[in-house]
Amino acid sequence: MIEMETTSTNLRTQEMVLNMGPQHPSTHGVLRLEIELDGELIVDVRPHVGYLHRCFEKHCEAMTYPQIVPYVDRMDYLAAMYSEIGYAVAVERLLGIEVPERVEYIRIIMGELQRIASHLVAVGTYGLDIGAFTPFLYCFRDREKILTLFEMTCGARLLYNYIWPGGVSHDLPPDFIRMTKEFLTEFKPTIVELNNLLSYNKIFIERTANVGILPLETAINYGVTGPNLRASGLKWDLRRDDPYSIYDRFDFEIPVGKGWHGTVGDCWDRYYLRMIEMEQSVRILEQAIEQIPEGDVTSAIPKRIKPVEGQIYTRVENPRGELGYFIVSKGGLQPHRVKVRAPSFVNLEILGELCKGHLVADVVAILGSIDIVLGEVDR
Amino acid sequence: MIFDYISSFLGAIPAAVIAGLVPMVFIIPFALFAVYWERKVSAHMQDRLGPMRVGYHGFLQTIADILKLIQKEDIVASAADKPLFNIAPVLTFTGSYAAFAAIPFSSAYIGANIDLGVLYIIGVSGLVVAGLLMAGWASNNKYSLLGAMRSAAQIVSYEIPTVIVILTLFSMVGTLNLYELSELQSSNMFNWMIFGGTVTGWKKIVLIPLMFAAFLIIYLTTLAEVNRTPFDIPEAESELVSGYHTEYSGMKFAMFFLAEYANMFAVSAIVTSLFLGGYHSPFGYLGNTIGITWLVPIEQFFWFAFKGIALVTVQMWLRWTLPRLRVDQLMVVCWKYLIPLSFLIFLIVSLLMVL
Repeated sequence: MIEMETTSTNLRTQEMVLNMGPQHPSTHGVLRLEIELDGELIVDVRPHVGYLHRCFEKHCEAMTYPQIVPYVDRMDYLAAMYSEIGYAVAVERLLGIEVPERVEYIRIIMGELQRIASHLVAVGTYGLDIGAFTPFLYCFRDREKILTLFEMTCGARLLYNYIWPGGVSHDLPPDFIRMTKEFLTEFKPTIVELNNLLSYNKIFIERTANVGILPLETAINYGVTGPNLRASGLKWDLRRDDPYSIYDRFDFEIPVGKGWHGTVGDCWDRYYLRMIEMEQSVRILEQAIEQIPEGDVTSAIPKRIKPVEGQIYTRVENPRGELGYFIVSKGGLQPHRVKVRAPSFVNLEILGELCKGHLVADVVAILGSIDIVLGEVDR
Repeated sequence: MIFDYISSFLGAIPAAVIAGLVPMVFIIPFALFAVYWERKVSAHMQDRLGPMRVGYHGFLQTIADILKLIQKEDIVASAADKPLFNIAPVLTFTGSYAAFAAIPFSSAYIGANIDLGVLYIIGVSGLVVAGLLMAGWASNNKYSLLGAMRSAAQIVSYEIPTVIVILTLFSMVGTLNLYELSELQSSNMFNWMIFGGTVTGWKKIVLIPLMFAAFLIIYLTTLAEVNRTPFDIPEAESELVSGYHTEYSGMKFAMFFLAEYANMFAVSAIVTSLFLGGYHSPFGYLGNTIGITWLVPIEQFFWFAFKGIALVTVQMWLRWTLPRLRVDQLMVVCWKYLIPLSFLIFLIVSLLMVL
């Protein structure tokens, strides 16, 4: 962090307002940042969101429960499977139905594959933000394999409409388990490769360690969740602390930031935590692949979803943090109100706090380390 | 040199034109090749194929790109300072082009055999900074301005260690004439300056590590002068969009682009001439062995281009491997490490030469 210098004379230099985005290579979508600069030092950052607003929540009020699933995909388009899991869990709890074993396992497998895919994009584009182009393409090479698996399963590569309330749209294809195993064996050395290429690079560490430090208290006050919160040192993961689906059956660790190369909660910690989380996801996947039972996947899907009057809030740990669905039912075929607590939106709030006193180049580093998806920020 | 030879039967002015056009014949194809080469190098580093459609393995891709750029509309932002905006790319290109005048491509061809050749090159490279600053200011775009300011600070800072390393060499050989310097490194690989030049005895053994360090320093600083990763801060795409050439399109953009690649070769050529024996072959010449003396300059040209392109390839390799430094870290590297280190080398080498 660079301290601001105040001049002893009364000369006041003018601050420059730099508009970053919505068309900018590293705002990760259509985010607009209004940056107040003193030379290259940042005085203030004000994020302006809403360029991708599609009235998701209002739309939901006019649609039946199953019709909402494709819309849910379009929130966090890098982790669409996880948005579906969250929505399915919420509706199931509202209806009070149980889903078959096999469905639970399929959801875990899809969710964790999605987490790896999403973290790969986060890690790769973070390298891109820092100026290393090659790791980005290595990440996309591996993400491609996951997308191939998804495509095999449901025919779509980005927006799946696969996980429905009560089940999944159809069963896994015959080769899926074998190919997932192959992917996992191929992927484990890749993490080491990525670490050697980017994580432990001296320049990369110089750029990210001790930059954008997020103290734990600030993180909690702002409601930051997900890898960003864990990087600040709190062991808080909804897969472990508020279990949904069958996460309590698997053996995995929840990594926390330790300030490996600087202070706890700096950009390097946030970046590296995603690396470790990918390893843990591989661990969960290996167990799930071994244990998955045979069975039916569509039997529990209700013909007509018409919950009784009531409301529910459920939350799941999506790759970016706590994804919460608040659904109010008035007993009709359509929900009365759907409110989404989007992790990206909440995490983005921290940006202004983190950027103060840094350089322009650090805005990019900090924004990249928060890992937002604008589809979810704006909904 | 070639100028004297042609002017003896054509007169001074046509001779100057011809001598001036020869590097152009080299630079334009080289820049085209370098762009293609960069795309191929990066592609193969990243599990891709790169351009494959235009010509054999995409060999003509850059020509197609240039044709496209020529056809494009020349957009000048309405708030831009038009005269400066138009001059800037020309000035930048001139700066990198003029540097080629003093570079000895072979014993038979050197555009201008100037006694202060190295200093001349450092001087005209300064024009590039002026061009970049002009582009940044005239674009009337904040990103361009930031990029240009960074660029000026960076290039000016990094010229200092470059010049100190050159001074070191000067204290060893007593000439700044690149042609003479190249000739001094003839006959055998261990006469190259990176191996201590023509100095003999125990001094050479002491000199070798020093010269290696000096070589690394000058290579790093030239990397910074041509704005390549990890020092590509002026045009850091993830921060400043494209830095000083954000507002440029069409042929003016192409001129910046060509200037960048021409510059890459120019600095590699300087490093080659200073440290890697210039145009001399490491093994001796085929032309001398089989008795065809006119083959020697051609071989020399080949060796010079080979060494230059090899260094350019290392620049590309670094670019596609390393992340980018931050602007203050860049200055730290220069002022806290490279400058003191180059001064130290200068002092030790000067002492050795006096002994």
